[in-house]
Amino acid sequence: MKSVLPVLTVIGAILLFWIVSVVPMNMHLTADLAQRQDIVVTPDTPVARQEYSGIGLALRNPQLFGMTYTLERPRLPSPHQVVVEMWNTIALQNITSRRSLVFHGWVTLSATLVGFVIGTGLGILLAVGIVYNRAMDMSVMPWAIASQTIPILALAPMIIVMMGAIGIQGLFPKAVISAYLSFFPVVVGMVKGLRSPDGMQLDLLRTYYASPAQGFWKLRLPASVPYLFASLKIGISASLVGAIVAELPTGARAGFGARMLVGDQYGQPLVTWAALFAAALTAAALVGFFSLVERWTLRRMGMQAV
Amino acid sequence: MTGTAIISALAIWAAGWFINARLANSAAANTRLVRLLVPAIFGLTLLIMWELLVRLLEVSPIILPPPTMIADRFANEIPTLWADFVQTIVKGAMTGYIIGMLAAFGVAILADRSDFLTRGILPVGGFMAALPIVGIAPIFVRWLGSDWQSKAAVVAVMVFFPILVNTVAGLRDTTAMQRDLMRTYGAGYWPTLFKLRLPAAMPFIFNGLKIATTLALIGAIVAEFFGSPTVGMGFRISTSVGRLALDMVWAEIVVAALAGSAFYGLMAWIEGRVTFWHPSQRK
Repeated sequence: MKSVLPVLTVIGAILLFWIVSVVPMNMHLTADLAQRQDIVVTPDTPVARQEYSGIGLALRNPQLFGMTYTLERPRLPSPHQVVVEMWNTIALQNITSRRSLVFHGWVTLSATLVGFVIGTGLGILLAVGIVYNRAMDMSVMPWAIASQTIPILALAPMIIVMMGAIGIQGLFPKAVISAYLSFFPVVVGMVKGLRSPDGMQLDLLRTYYASPAQGFWKLRLPASVPYLFASLKIGISASLVGAIVAELPTGARAGFGARMLVGDQYGQPLVTWAALFAAALTAAALVGFFSLVERWTLRRMGMQAV
Repeated sequence: MTGTAIISALAIWAAGWFINARLANSAAANTRLVRLLVPAIFGLTLLIMWELLVRLLEVSPIILPPPTMIADRFANEIPTLWADFVQTIVKGAMTGYIIGMLAAFGVAILADRSDFLTRGILPVGGFMAALPIVGIAPIFVRWLGSDWQSKAAVVAVMVFFPILVNTVAGLRDTTAMQRDLMRTYGAGYWPTLFKLRLPAAMPFIFNGLKIATTLALIGAIVAEFFGSPTVGMGFRISTSVGRLALDMVWAEIVVAALAGSAFYGLMAWIEGRVTFWHPSQRK
């Protein structure tokens, strides 16, 4: 609790920086607009204004500060514009409408969750195989580790097209991308977790004459839970990024990625910003949810997070 | 035909698996050679199965090109691939990585003087690191144009938070005993920082730097989907996908994989040189 004030201070500083930046970032646009409304602007031609930086122009035209915050198509929207846009598209729209961010959010989120469940499930199974089978360990593990150093996200556009060519469209191709992005962190984390019991604990089970199955269910699996949660938190945010990026190169018509692209192409920066922040909120909610479950589970099990 | 294809693929799988199982359970399993050989055989088995299945089942190359076709394309397009590599990795990813790294170090060292700021930056930075920051790409492309500058900016923001969080956490890692020792030597803030706390933070810093290598490549490639000059890996991937030239896409992915591993390997190598004293580096 003692870090609430420092956290608020840091967030406040970031917001302040943002609010101050709005003026110079939007100054050229505002000056052009003001001139059309017969407000005196120095210097008075757009060409002459190009000579000045945003800050220089702002210092010469303090009367325009207010206008920079209310542009319809700003280069940098101010925080309140983003909040208003989000409120309009999240709360004030029917959630089945194409203009509702909840609708687009659900399109992205459903693909994320389906992919995440598949990726995590397969990841855990492979990790169990790796821990119990030496040939599998030596064959697969180096590739799983190496896969974390390469940008596998680059595969996303191709998977969409590949699956489109064999007639699979919609949610499933995105889910596949989400699945393989969450797969590798879970494999690596779970292998670490299932191997975390030390020799002493394994020996103790042997003195109890425990079968390998009992060793798995009563020692290895519970011991891996903190590692599982650490990987789940990495995996879910990777899954979400995967689903968003999967919507970009193919001109998807719904989803956070599609909104970002639409806002960009039709010159509606507020749409892009609202989609960006809604995606960030979704990621935060997902990671926050797993943190809560983690804390609750580990407390019930009497364990520490890794 | 389908039957033959599946049976021969299974036979290759069985052969590869048999060799690996024998190697992994043999007495020589812990030698360096076998440790490299087993994953290599596994990868080779998958490649041969891929080639065989695609050829025998006559899968169209616009769905999945066989590995030989990709290798052929790779060999023939080296000048293009090299130009894309320079544009995306060297100009976009590397520049952004260095800018983001220096900014993170600067902020970390400034924040480090105040315990209050440190306690604020750690949770906020950790939170930001989990967000889909790559979404800022369209905004930066609009601000900075479609050339490599906007890609470098996206990369800089993406790598900033993991490096910042790890550096700040690392700078807090010295014990009171060690700091007291420096004080008994009469060392002020800067000597303590350079001689004790920065070296002690290095394992953390390199952890952040290694995480950031992959992020840098992802940022540079994905940002090109939003606009780029007619060169670059992300540009080539999205246009080749549009033309259904999937062998070219795979060739770019091979380049991305090689670049990613090399970049990570480079950071790991520097880490080994810098933190040779750390228990995790001892042989």
